[in-house]
Amino acid sequence: MSSTPALVELNGVSKVYRSLQGSDYVAVRDFSLDIPAGEFFCLLGTSGCGKTTVLNMVAGFEATSSGTIAVAGKPVTRPDADRGVVFQGDDSLYGWLSALGNIEFGLRMRGIAKAERERKARHYLELVGLKGQDHKHPAELSGGMKQRIQIARALANEPQMLLMDEPFAALDAHTRADMQRELKRICRETGRTVLFITHDIDEAIILADRIGVMHAGPASKLKGTVAVTLTPEERERTHDKFTAVYREVHGLIRDEVAISLKRAH
Amino acid sequence: MKRENRLKGVGIYLLGFASLFAIWHVAATWIMPSVLFPPPWQVIVKAIELARDGTLWEHASASLARIGLGFAGGSLLGIPLGLAIGSFPVVRRLLEPYTEFLRFIPATALITVAVIWFGIGEGSKIFLIIYTTIFIVIINTAAGVAAVAPNKIRAARALGAGPLQVFFFVALPATVPYILTGMRLAMANSFVTIVAAELVAANDGLGRMIWDSRMYMLVDQIFVALLVLGLLGFTADRLFRWGIYAFAGRFSPVT
Repeated sequence: MSSTPALVELNGVSKVYRSLQGSDYVAVRDFSLDIPAGEFFCLLGTSGCGKTTVLNMVAGFEATSSGTIAVAGKPVTRPDADRGVVFQGDDSLYGWLSALGNIEFGLRMRGIAKAERERKARHYLELVGLKGQDHKHPAELSGGMKQRIQIARALANEPQMLLMDEPFAALDAHTRADMQRELKRICRETGRTVLFITHDIDEAIILADRIGVMHAGPASKLKGTVAVTLTPEERERTHDKFTAVYREVHGLIRDEVAISLKRAH
Repeated sequence: MKRENRLKGVGIYLLGFASLFAIWHVAATWIMPSVLFPPPWQVIVKAIELARDGTLWEHASASLARIGLGFAGGSLLGIPLGLAIGSFPVVRRLLEPYTEFLRFIPATALITVAVIWFGIGEGSKIFLIIYTTIFIVIINTAAGVAAVAPNKIRAARALGAGPLQVFFFVALPATVPYILTGMRLAMANSFVTIVAAELVAANDGLGRMIWDSRMYMLVDQIFVALLVLGLLGFTADRLFRWGIYAFAGRFSPVT
């Protein structure tokens, strides 16, 4: 791993939210992480641990309070087309545009010619398994299909990396399992670098090349990472190797869950 | 199946309308028979008579022209103002005194001032319709801009859109349903305002027709004007709704 240059570098990143009452809230403190190009990295943490804050800072939606974030050696200052984002809910889709219109949105904003962007949009529509649904509007599509559109929309822009914030959390269990398999396939085919946020250990093991576990919030940072070197066949919940990884990850996160539960009360 | 349901819906709708006229007929013929309360058939006969000699068209078209001009003017001014208020906090603070203060002064309260300023002709009527339209459109448009899901804007930025592109390709289309709803409400207000304005001071229009009829105790003629007002308002609203579905259905309007 050390020979591969990191695509994403977070160095001593902190995020402090100023509150109106004057007592500041430290969401993330001294967070450091390198993600090599082509890696599928899952950031795992309890609710309120600041994992979404980390993603928002990498996306450029929120500024860091201190520390630096760089993608491909370039410091992150604002959101841009090199970092595609997939959101948890479907409210980021454009209801007035068709599925195809949503997918080619980024290409249109960047001034790509119509024929070229339509060709690309159709390619990614097919890649996410929505061939023939090009003229449907988001309101006519199911939750799973809408997440597929979001993924295709981010991929069609051909970003250097994908940032995914619990994209399957709102889906039912069957659709979620289906989407996890599909995402794994898409990532194998496109070789995209991914930062994927989740609170679900199973999901992280199914998808990740490496899992990072966060401390419970506030003032959270990375507690440890677990490399997942399983073959596709071994990424089944019932497989012995899967349960071995599960135990390792669970060992890291178990205490953090207890802490976060105690804080919630 | 869908078609049958739709036909059934229209049938029930027409039944509702028929019952309105039936109750009116029963009330005017048996419950309160009086020269001051004409039954529907008498009003319809009178309406045909007034339509034949051109009186009805003269007054109705005068009212409609004022509503059309004022409504278009008010919307054209209100939409950009609402967009600016919703987009820029500075503009909101600057214009809020106007919107929050003036929207509580009804157009009917300004009729006399309007006549003094703009005379008894078209000027005062169009001013009043613009006035009654503009605030509803501004407030709805601004609320629409504020209601755009932040993730829609974030997604656009992460797809490479600049601030202007975010405005024209995300905020504006996302606001269209709110704008159309504001316009629909403003349209209903325009009908209220125009009659009041014409009652007080006008040379023609449906309000003037009601006022003149009162002087000569032509109660059936008053009812013709009322019937036409109801019909015109209803038709205008239906046309607007139909227009929303036909041309802006993909903007998922809130109707």
